Amino acid sequence: MNWNRKHLLDIQSLQPEEIVTVLDTAKAFKAVGERSIKKVPVLRGKTVINLFVEPSTRTRISFELAAQRLSADVINFSAEASSLKKGETLKDTARNLEALNADIIIIRHSATGAPHFLARFLESSVVNAGDGAHEHPTQALLDTFTIREHKGKVEGLNVTILGDILYSRVARSNIWALRKLGANVTLCGPATLVPKVFEQMGCRVVHDFKEAIRDADVINLLRIQHERQRKTMFPSIGEYTSLYGINRSRMNWIKPDALIMHPGPINRGVEIDSAMADGSQSVILDQVTNGLALRMAVLFLVSGGKGPQEIAA
Amino acid sequence: MPDTKIILTGEAIHRGLMRIAYEIAERNSDSHKVAVIGVQTGGIHMTHRLAKQLESIWQHPIPVGLVDVGMHRDDLGKRPNPRLLPTKIPFDITGRTVILVDDVLFSGRTTRAALDALNDFGRAQAIQLAVLIDRGHRELPIKASYIGKNVPTSLQERISVRWKEDEGEDEVRLEKS
Repeated sequence: MNWNRKHLLDIQSLQPEEIVTVLDTAKAFKAVGERSIKKVPVLRGKTVINLFVEPSTRTRISFELAAQRLSADVINFSAEASSLKKGETLKDTARNLEALNADIIIIRHSATGAPHFLARFLESSVVNAGDGAHEHPTQALLDTFTIREHKGKVEGLNVTILGDILYSRVARSNIWALRKLGANVTLCGPATLVPKVFEQMGCRVVHDFKEAIRDADVINLLRIQHERQRKTMFPSIGEYTSLYGINRSRMNWIKPDALIMHPGPINRGVEIDSAMADGSQSVILDQVTNGLALRMAVLFLVSGGKGPQEIAA
Repeated sequence: MPDTKIILTGEAIHRGLMRIAYEIAERNSDSHKVAVIGVQTGGIHMTHRLAKQLESIWQHPIPVGLVDVGMHRDDLGKRPNPRLLPTKIPFDITGRTVILVDDVLFSGRTTRAALDALNDFGRAQAIQLAVLIDRGHRELPIKASYIGKNVPTSLQERISVRWKEDEGEDEVRLEKS
């Protein structure tokens, strides 16, 4: 299917075929990373700006390296050391960046809908690198890519997402992507963090840990996000770990070929113990590698999918 | 309906590829250095057929690869649907003579992109270009080393290459739109 989008704002509005196009494109870029020359000239002369109003290290580095491997020029803009601190509005900041002829603006913001807001008035392409608790589309795409790579398909798989669903944009984007591609999604965690209302997104909500992971082909563990919780949603970290943590003694509760995923950073000993995080079923570092390829694909597609119809042999 | 003319039949394609294979064999005395790399997607079938014929002439296997030029094109944003396909070159091209294969040579921009892409995989001793159809209208100083058929065309015309593996028959058509 043709990719005709100038922006990547969320997974919710994507067609299943568009998701597949991104995954297929990422496959081609993954091969580039395995060569001795890891750079291709496809975005030569383009300017990419990482506008990270909310702090991030891994996503920013991943986007930065992705842009560099496509030969784009990339600059990083972080809120702490910027005019936003002096009271400039997001709109003015973005307009100023665009006045520098930025071709792609990658935005991470604590407010839901910030990327959509920018896309309404900017000529540049906008890529959502996480907006509040709303969506984190590239994370969901790289998770889906990793699942497809290991399992050969996504349709019909049982995927269990564990932990802090309520505050997680990763969970929301993953649910959209997985449901669109035909996976069965189970959510599990403390009832305060995994409310029944998520059943409206086509998921199964289970509060019994053993039941949630028993038939899972994929277990995606989310980090407990202390910074996003306004009040304590469960009694203690220790209790969370004893009820919902993945550890070696629970290894026989899961399928021997189940994939264990985590978007990082891992709280070792909380969501997962070291034996499992570093074990043979873990694909956590594959996610990092695939994230780079996937982000190269997204930057490539938003740059190219807007041209007029013109065919040359 | 567009006005269509058959310019190469299956038989003519077969003979053309056979002749190209012999020309390659004639020009490259060290057959063990030769590798054949096709441009995605137009060059795929021609590449496999040429490699097969070269193997039967030389009586030894020839390394075969495919290169996608999507990451090296100069017209991103001007073409719809920038679809990328895998590049598969499972051997080192450094020191080899690479026969680059495509079905139609037109502006030369695809070939230029393919030459750039190959550069990322090593320094070939030489690169030679084999095409089934040269339809003219070059925009870059690029010339094929081996040509199945020269076809003078106008810019309004379209060359459609059909391969048995995909369409059930070998045929090259000239379509006027």
